[in-house]
Amino acid sequence: MTTTPIVSAENVFKYFGDVHALDGVSLEFESGIIYGLLGPNGAGKTTLIRVLTTLLRADSGKAFVAGIDVHADPSGARRRMGLAGQSAAVDGFLTGYENLQMIGQLYGLSKIDARSRADEVLERMSLTEASGRQVKTYSGGMQRRLDLAASMVGRPEVLFLDEPTTGIDPGSRIEIWGLITDLVDQGTTILMTTQYLEEADQLANRIGVIDSGKLIAEGTSADLKDQLGGSIVEIKVTAADLDATLVALRETFDGTPDYDSGRNVISIPAANGPADLMAAARTLESLGVMPTALEIHKPTLDDVFLAITGPQGGES
Amino acid sequence: MTSTAVPTAASSRSTVAQTVHDIGLITKRNLIRNIRVPELILFATIQPVMFLFLFNFVFGGSIGQSLGDAFGGKYVNYLLPGMLVQTALFSSIGTAVGLTEDLANGVIDRFRSLPIARSAVLAGRTIADMVRTIAVIILLIGTGFLLGFEAPGGFFGVVLAVLLCGLFGFAMAWIMALVGLIVKSPEVANSAGFLPMFPLMFASTIFVPPETLPSWLEGFASNQPISILSDTVRALVIGDEFTAQNGRSLGALVGYSFFWIAAILLVFVPLAVRKYRRTVA
Repeated sequence: MTTTPIVSAENVFKYFGDVHALDGVSLEFESGIIYGLLGPNGAGKTTLIRVLTTLLRADSGKAFVAGIDVHADPSGARRRMGLAGQSAAVDGFLTGYENLQMIGQLYGLSKIDARSRADEVLERMSLTEASGRQVKTYSGGMQRRLDLAASMVGRPEVLFLDEPTTGIDPGSRIEIWGLITDLVDQGTTILMTTQYLEEADQLANRIGVIDSGKLIAEGTSADLKDQLGGSIVEIKVTAADLDATLVALRETFDGTPDYDSGRNVISIPAANGPADLMAAARTLESLGVMPTALEIHKPTLDDVFLAITGPQGGES
Repeated sequence: MTSTAVPTAASSRSTVAQTVHDIGLITKRNLIRNIRVPELILFATIQPVMFLFLFNFVFGGSIGQSLGDAFGGKYVNYLLPGMLVQTALFSSIGTAVGLTEDLANGVIDRFRSLPIARSAVLAGRTIADMVRTIAVIILLIGTGFLLGFEAPGGFFGVVLAVLLCGLFGFAMAWIMALVGLIVKSPEVANSAGFLPMFPLMFASTIFVPPETLPSWLEGFASNQPISILSDTVRALVIGDEFTAQNGRSLGALVGYSFFWIAAILLVFVPLAVRKYRRTVA
């Protein structure tokens, strides 16, 4: 039995004049996950979200949300999705409660249902206390939380979050991460974009890396890291021990160890994983050198991202 | 396995009922701002009041006597009806500015991602702005009475004049909605909106009777929509004495006014709605 993907894009192109905002993007994923769309500014993340959420018509290609063709039946698709864009799209002169009640009613809920739904969502976003205040008095983080709340009012099956934590303080960011995880636990599927590798690494079950309008890599965070090969052993020693250590390690590891003077770290590609770590430890022991740090780790998403996009893709 | 639709919202409402419902909600949202920020209406009133005072005291002496019997020698009786139309005109710029603000902060994107009637955002904006315009016009008439304005046409005539100006402002608001959607920035919307208004405003019967204008301008000035509206408002608030002097009956003036209002709406509602559907913030 195959599962119909909850979101799919097939060969989507969108040009703005000469700018190839989307240059043939295809992706799909099943329900119940967080799909993280990772890429630098201008990579096409927002354009893809705008196509999937019916705000923008693709030049060619097809897009489906919850099985509905977003071009053929935009209103049908809109009933199944929620969107939280890059800025807090809430009305500063309404109270938090009024904002959500209005959106509930626009989804077709009765006044009473819209009220109880507003209460429910405000509670979940820990905004109950502030719900009676005009939104312009909210902090930036609270406004983003309210915006997220607004995107949930219609009980969407799929939530599109465009850089949900850009421009907010670290405390609020972690809070929003928690809220996103809760939503998925309760059955919502989420597509989120982010410029932060750490965020994709933490939250996303699957990551698509997008650059210059093309999806250039896809997989779980672990898959992407595996593309860069195996693990890396990193060793730090005191300056006095450095030269001798480097010579000995290069002998053990066939010349592959590298010394990064900036970080003051010797790094060794460790295709054999822990066995290489043990070998490095034995080499140090036989030299009588006590390292100040000795660790093995998988490549970080930063390593992956830079390796795939190249240096020019990483600018922001 | 396909996931089945979870009815999250009543999807069976008739299209017309849904459209009216959505327009009502968005109108309410826009009106709340006017109530919570009373400065909006206050300053929107101060400007025409200032115009009224300045024009009345500066030009009243020289123009007042030459206006004919209908105005009892008082310029304010001629000026105020024109100022009501001018207020409706200026007030419509608020539509362009308000829409561009909503575009800039993502509110329009949010509305566009909701399953609501496509015309609801623009209609909710223009209707709310019409209500604001009417409030300002009423305040302006009140000030006019302080300056000795008389309305021989009676209370009913004044009420109809206010409604007519509101309706004209509503039509102008659709032009400004299109302007706002095209220019997208609140600052540009403000100056782009004012630009065409000054020639239209001065080459009209708002401030002076057209007979005093150079002959090449007189034909345009007596027949352009702003003049037609101003003269219709005069016919409503002053009454028979004005129509006798003007040469057009009340019925004809009202007919021309509705022709212009309908023409503007017929052209600009579809253009604005089409532009709205295609607009990218």
